[in-house]
Amino acid sequence: MILKHTVRTALIGLKTNKSRSALTILGIVIGVTAIIVIVSLGEGAQSLILGQIQGLGSRVIGVVPGRIPKSPTDIVATLSASLTTRDLAALERKENVPHAEYIIPVVFGSETISYEGRTYRPTIFGGNEMMADVYDSYPERGRNVTADEVHNSAAVVILGYNVADKLAPNSDLLNQRVKIKGKNFLVIGIRAKMGSVTLINFDEMAMMPYTTAQQYVFGIRYYNRFIVRADKDENVISTVHDIQATLRQLHGITDPDKDDFSIQTQADALKTVGIVLTALTLFLAMVAAISLVVGGIGIMNIMLVSVTERTREIGLRKAIGATNRDILMQFLLEAVILTGVGGVIGILLGAGLSFAISLVIRNVFGLDWNFTFPLQAALLGIGVSSIIGLIFGLYPARTAAKKSPIEALRYE
Amino acid sequence: MALMEVRDLEKTYQDEDVATRVLKGITLDISEGEFLAIMGPSGSGKSTLLHILGFLEKPSDGSYRFDDRTVDEYTEQEVARVRNKKFGFIFQSFNLLPRTTVLENVKLPLLYSGVREELWEEKAKQAIERVGLSHRLDFEPSQLSGGEKQRVAIARALVNDPQVIFADEPTGNLDSKSGELVMETIQRLHAGMGNTVILITHETYTAEYAQRIVRLYDGQVESDVKVANRRTGKAFVK
Repeated sequence: MILKHTVRTALIGLKTNKSRSALTILGIVIGVTAIIVIVSLGEGAQSLILGQIQGLGSRVIGVVPGRIPKSPTDIVATLSASLTTRDLAALERKENVPHAEYIIPVVFGSETISYEGRTYRPTIFGGNEMMADVYDSYPERGRNVTADEVHNSAAVVILGYNVADKLAPNSDLLNQRVKIKGKNFLVIGIRAKMGSVTLINFDEMAMMPYTTAQQYVFGIRYYNRFIVRADKDENVISTVHDIQATLRQLHGITDPDKDDFSIQTQADALKTVGIVLTALTLFLAMVAAISLVVGGIGIMNIMLVSVTERTREIGLRKAIGATNRDILMQFLLEAVILTGVGGVIGILLGAGLSFAISLVIRNVFGLDWNFTFPLQAALLGIGVSSIIGLIFGLYPARTAAKKSPIEALRYE
Repeated sequence: MALMEVRDLEKTYQDEDVATRVLKGITLDISEGEFLAIMGPSGSGKSTLLHILGFLEKPSDGSYRFDDRTVDEYTEQEVARVRNKKFGFIFQSFNLLPRTTVLENVKLPLLYSGVREELWEEKAKQAIERVGLSHRLDFEPSQLSGGEKQRVAIARALVNDPQVIFADEPTGNLDSKSGELVMETIQRLHAGMGNTVILITHETYTAEYAQRIVRLYDGQVESDVKVANRRTGKAFVK
């Protein structure tokens, strides 16, 4: 029999049992939908996060206290007070780190701000006059902190949009005084609503000179991190080495494995985030793939019922000239068409669902989220579901093909 | 030379440990164009004989030659081909595909025949016309009477212009009026087209439409006679 006719016979077989066919492929549809949604969201998240990291600029280097723990007993890893003023001074010297364009010492933590009886607890971010530059977060109204204010530990603060809004919903806080830890701070700037940028939500943040934050807010002498910007892209690596050499000398470290600080560059961050997200996406997709197998078993089950139910039809077809191969192909094609159609429906549903989710993320959460259609996952979805049809359809189809025409015709 | 030569044919069914000998040495010649009725009580082996003659089952012992080749010489592919091109089957319980129109049911053997698709419609319609059901082309089996269903089955058996038509108790599920009409249709086709017809029945009345009656008893040929007064289709309309 010609393939075209086999396909048509299979289609007719499926069409005469429409609702059962539809229910049979449900498992496959759900499985493929889940895979598409997971992979699409995974890719969306990855491009969002990578985009934000890249938004920092490729010349930005982060120095953080402690090192990435190598074992559960690695105590130094948890030390957080290892970056000191002495370190900062050493790094700022041109002869130590010649290619540093600027260095921002950073301290941060949560603290309560109050204004006329209202209180709010945002993240306090202490930096210097360059912090608005590196994060591209200049105030919408008012001004940035100045070098003098940093030098003098001036009690000034720049409020994020939400912070200002929560403290004074009906009045303008610019040039007003707010209280933090009992001390008055002059509000010198208020930022526009900007949502989450570079994984930091500036709307929920109050920025001030790091000196002020250390002295009046947190009462610490160390730093939570240094942000160093190299003057040129090609100098990033040498700058990393210069920072390492300077800090190791100051901290008396000879073995790089015993570092009490670690350095993060763009490339590192991109790589780490990329690996983590890809692994996570793969893992979730695998979980979803299990549902494909379960769907395949469902198909096998229904196909077996169908073969038994259509025993007389099989007997008749054999009596009028169908070969074993014709019968095998008919039932195999029914299974493959079922799973293939299930795969296509799953891809359409998955794409639609991911698109809807991306709209929600854009509009409700205000993130710069892009919908991506995972073509590879889609092709894989169709391929895998068809193969599952082939595998799980084979047994019922063989059962059908092996029936003797006489026994099949006698079947009641 | 006979179209079908049966020599000492035996068939034993092995069901777990119990062996049942259904055919115990049948010898029979059937010529091209003959209209033969095989009769016998239940369990006499008449259906089994028909299935072996129709390539639906293989004999356990003895020989069966069709078209000058023994049944063992046909490969599985050839067996399917003979069933498709040279044989046409009519069953007691019609065996039409449900939820499928008369036209599509009759087309079914063409699907496996290698006949060009453009000819299917025409051939199927011709076969349906021969059994007088042209006004029922788009009906589904559930909308037909028993007699009409059996005539659709006859049309399906005819569609590939078979050499031999096998009819296994074709009137068994029908009332006497419909049964007569079905038998007259078969008889008229035999007369008009000269196919070999092998009919199974346990009613003498039905068997008398044939030219020759072979009676089986307990797996053996009891008698083999020519029909003196053939019943003819005087009740046949159209």
